[in-house]
Amino acid sequence: MENKTIYMDYNATTPTDPRVLEVMKDYFFEKFGNPSSIYEIARENKKEIEKARQKVAELIDAEPEEIFFTSGGTESDNWAIKGISFALKNKGNHIITSQIEHHAVLNTCKFLSKIGYEITYAPVDKYGVVDVDFIRKSIKKETILITIMHANNEIGTIQPIEEIAKIAKENGIYFHSDCVQTVGKIPVSVKKLGVDIISLSAHKFYGPKGVGAIYIKKGTKIETFIHGGEQEKGKRGGTYNVPGIIGLGKACEIAKEEMEEEAKKVKYLRDKLEKGIMENIPEIIINGHPENRLYNTLNLCVKYVEGESILLNLDFEKIYASSGSACTSGSLEPSHVLLAIGIPPEIAHGSLRFSLGKYNKEEDVDKVLDVLPKIVEKLRKMSPFWEKK
Amino acid sequence: MDYTEKVLEYFRNPRNMGRIENADGIGKVGNPVCGDVMWIYIKVRKNEKGEEIIEDIKFETFGCAAAIATSSVVTELAKGKTLSEAEKISNKDVVEFLGGLPPIKKHCSLLAEEGLKAAINDYRKKNKK
Repeated sequence: MENKTIYMDYNATTPTDPRVLEVMKDYFFEKFGNPSSIYEIARENKKEIEKARQKVAELIDAEPEEIFFTSGGTESDNWAIKGISFALKNKGNHIITSQIEHHAVLNTCKFLSKIGYEITYAPVDKYGVVDVDFIRKSIKKETILITIMHANNEIGTIQPIEEIAKIAKENGIYFHSDCVQTVGKIPVSVKKLGVDIISLSAHKFYGPKGVGAIYIKKGTKIETFIHGGEQEKGKRGGTYNVPGIIGLGKACEIAKEEMEEEAKKVKYLRDKLEKGIMENIPEIIINGHPENRLYNTLNLCVKYVEGESILLNLDFEKIYASSGSACTSGSLEPSHVLLAIGIPPEIAHGSLRFSLGKYNKEEDVDKVLDVLPKIVEKLRKMSPFWEKK
Repeated sequence: MDYTEKVLEYFRNPRNMGRIENADGIGKVGNPVCGDVMWIYIKVRKNEKGEEIIEDIKFETFGCAAAIATSSVVTELAKGKTLSEAEKISNKDVVEFLGGLPPIKKHCSLLAEEGLKAAINDYRKKNKK
């Protein structure tokens, strides 16, 4: 990132890796053909799409025929949840999810609850780890799907997916996991996790926006979500987003090769940022699990001040972070995730999320550590709740 | 969030920020659970005509940029005014002064108006003869 801007909102989206853009370019011009057509420039594109599918499959330890391309994480989540619900509507109408899912899952479940499905929302502990026992006890004969995210986008807590998948399997229930925040960041093996369906999105790991994929284990009974042409074996209509799919493939290839190195580097920076903030600003609460947390995510609550005020002050310094505080997303409610982990609303309003990525440098962290304490001090001086020392 | 330059300016450099020790009136409005709290402090004296005027006014605010900017503006509008003039300051005056507020932030201007009125009421209650 040039112009001395400091971007620390990688969980929202990432810049496209130049190597990804490079392989996409051709598909806008000489290779623009529709892969479903019969002539050569089209046939070639079909082959390239299959290569991209192979790369996605390799990254998540799946078979290529289990990968279907979508427009991104939200579509994949919709497809997974509605697709299973509609396919199994004669078997049951009960879905188990958690209180801290992404809105792509929560609002899909909310919609289903309006048309006769029953949804159980499993609570989480103070670290944001879902209550596995609650899930086990919530299972009944009508349960058709369990959907639990792999890692939470706001606080980064990683869920015990293998354990939940095992419970689902023992009870003959399909298990979907929204892996949008983990694929490309940490190793994800669908076989090891034991999941039936996962969602992933390219732009969370240096791929382009508007493309993602869904993994559907062979033999899974699921309805089509986007009806249309014969693309994706007739399971997902719509002209192939060729440049996007090629970009997703490349992003997967790069992630597979470089993920481990990147993780080490980014974790070092995140840990330095966390330590520096804790040492220099009093009355901070760190949210998320101390260990089982995405290595790039730092979510904290700054007591006695409001998140948006901090973000705007950071923005003045060209530092881009985000807040669970929904001021930024057009609603005034504090984050549902922070409320679910037991943070009181008045403190949840002071939330701040730094999510780092591969283009961050140590001087970025130093700059934040220089600027943030001053911002917090200024805002606390303004706050009626801050006792002047 | 689509803030006007003026909102950002008042958020960045708020006027009349702080606390008045021995204030003659304090207005405490808002709710931390909702994310916005304003405390308005006033110091009142009588002018040569015997009218009560706001000699000094300060605010402390917990909240978003709009909450901070509107608190600051309401104190600026009220400073030096007689109590009856200050009471007529409405949220519309505050919004107008700032060149507009995003719709979901309009309540902040209302809070600023209420805060000022609460401070004046508090003064009046304490000074009943």
